[in-house]
Amino acid sequence: MTHLLPSHIKILAVLAFILVAVSTPITRWQTFIALFALVIAAALLSKIPLLLLFKRALIEIPFVFFAILMPFFGEGERFEIAGIQLYREGLLAGTSIVAKGSLGVLAAVILSTTTTAREILRGLERLKLPTVMVQIASFMLRYVNVISDEMERMKIARESRGFIATGIKHWKVIATSAAALFIRSYERGERVHLAMLSRGFDGNLPSLGNPVVTTRQWFTALSLPGIALSTSLLFLAIGW
Amino acid sequence: MNTTPSLQISNLAFAYPDGNQALYGVNLTINKGERVALLGPNGAGKTTLVMHMNGIHPTMQGEVRIAGELVDAKNKETLKTIRAKVGIVFQDPDDQLFMPTVGEDVAFGPFNMGLRGDELSAVVDEALSQVGMLEFRDRPPHHLSFGQRRRVAVATVLAMKPEILVMDEPSSNLDPASRRELAEIVRSLDVTIVMVTHDLPYALELCERSVILSGGIIVADAPTREILTNASLLASHRLELPVGFTL
Repeated sequence: MTHLLPSHIKILAVLAFILVAVSTPITRWQTFIALFALVIAAALLSKIPLLLLFKRALIEIPFVFFAILMPFFGEGERFEIAGIQLYREGLLAGTSIVAKGSLGVLAAVILSTTTTAREILRGLERLKLPTVMVQIASFMLRYVNVISDEMERMKIARESRGFIATGIKHWKVIATSAAALFIRSYERGERVHLAMLSRGFDGNLPSLGNPVVTTRQWFTALSLPGIALSTSLLFLAIGW
Repeated sequence: MNTTPSLQISNLAFAYPDGNQALYGVNLTINKGERVALLGPNGAGKTTLVMHMNGIHPTMQGEVRIAGELVDAKNKETLKTIRAKVGIVFQDPDDQLFMPTVGEDVAFGPFNMGLRGDELSAVVDEALSQVGMLEFRDRPPHHLSFGQRRRVAVATVLAMKPEILVMDEPSSNLDPASRRELAEIVRSLDVTIVMVTHDLPYALELCERSVILSGGIIVADAPTREILTNASLLASHRLELPVGFTL
C-alpha cells in the first residue's frame, strides 16, 4: 500500500516522522523503542524484507562513526562497564545521534524502496522545491548511466592497450581520463542544451499535473508520524 | 500557399568566431513534401548548415526561410515558431532524450509550444505510434535499445508537427533491422525531409533528390541515382559507395 501513495505525501510523512524522532529527548528511551517498532511495522506493511531494509540502512555507518566513539572521550561524570571507562555525557550524546540517525535513515530507506527516483523528484516538485534543483537532480538521474557507461568504455579502452592501474604512479593517467570524461560530459551537456533549444526550450520543463490525493491516502501516510507523535506525547504524559 | 518552398536558403555564408569559414554562399530550395539527402564529406559544413535552419547559428550573410518565414536568430518570437517548424533529429539519441521517461521527452517540444493536458497527451501518443513506440511511453530512455532510442528521438520531433524534418546521420550505429525499420518509418511520414548522411545506399533508398555540400558550397543538386552513378563527382568530394554496391 505504501507503494501506491503519491510521493509528495510520503516525503511529508517521512519528514514529519523524523521531526518527531529528533525532538524526543534520548532519555525517554521507551519512546525510542516504540518508534523503532513503528518503523519496522511500516516496513513490514510495505512488504519490504527486513534484511533488505537493514542492508540499505548500512549507508548510515560513515555518518555515525564519530558518534560511536563519543562515549570513550570527553570529560565529566564517568563510570565503568566491563573494565572500560565511559563518559555519561558522551554516551548520551552518542546514543542520541545513533538512535535518531538510524530512525531517520530507516524511514528514508522505506521511502526510497517504495518510490522510484523519478517519483521522488515529482514529489519534490509538487512540494514546491525550486524547479532548478529538481531539474538538476532529474538530469543527473537521466545521465548517470550514460556517463558511467562512457567511463566504463574508456576504462576498457585503456586496459585494452595494456594499462593496469596499480599504484600512485598511474594516477596521472587516471586523472587525465577523468579530465577527458569531464570535457566529454560538458560537451554532451552543450549538445543536450542545443537539442532542447531546437525544440523550443525556454526554461520550463513540462510537469504532468498533480494527482488527486484522497483523504484516505493522507490518513495512511500521516499515520506514521501521527502514531509516533501520539506515542511520544503519551509516554511523556504517563512519565515514562 | 502550397507552392511556398519548405526551405529556401539563399546565398548563406558563415564563419566561426575563430575565423574558420564554414559556408561560402549556399543556395538551396526544397519544396514541400520532398525528401532530400544532404551529402558531403566530414567537415563540409553540413552540421553548420543545419544549425542555420532553426536559428541556432545566427545568419551572417544571406537568408534562410522556412515555409516563407525568415529565420532571424535575434527575433525571439519568430524563433519560437521557426523551431516548431524545423524538427532536428540529432545524431546521438542520448543528446536528444533527456527526460526521465519516453513520454515526457516527446511531450517536451509540444509543451514548449504551449500545449497542455489532454491535447498534449494526444499529440504524444500520436507521435509515438507513428514510430511504433507507443508501448514504451512510460519507460526510461536508457532501458531502450539504440535503434529504439533513435525512433523515439524522431517522435520527439514529430510531436511538434514540423514543416520540415532534418535528420542528422539517421542510419549511423543502427543494426540492419533497425535501419530498415527506420526507413519504413521515414517513408510513412508525410513531411518534408532533409537527411544529412554519408550512407549513400540509404539516401538512394529514401530520397529522390540529393545535394552535395563540399567546401562550404552546394556542388551538385540532382536526382539521387544520377549523383550516385557519377563516379568522378563522388570521388572528388570524398564520397564512396560501399564496396560491392552497384546501381
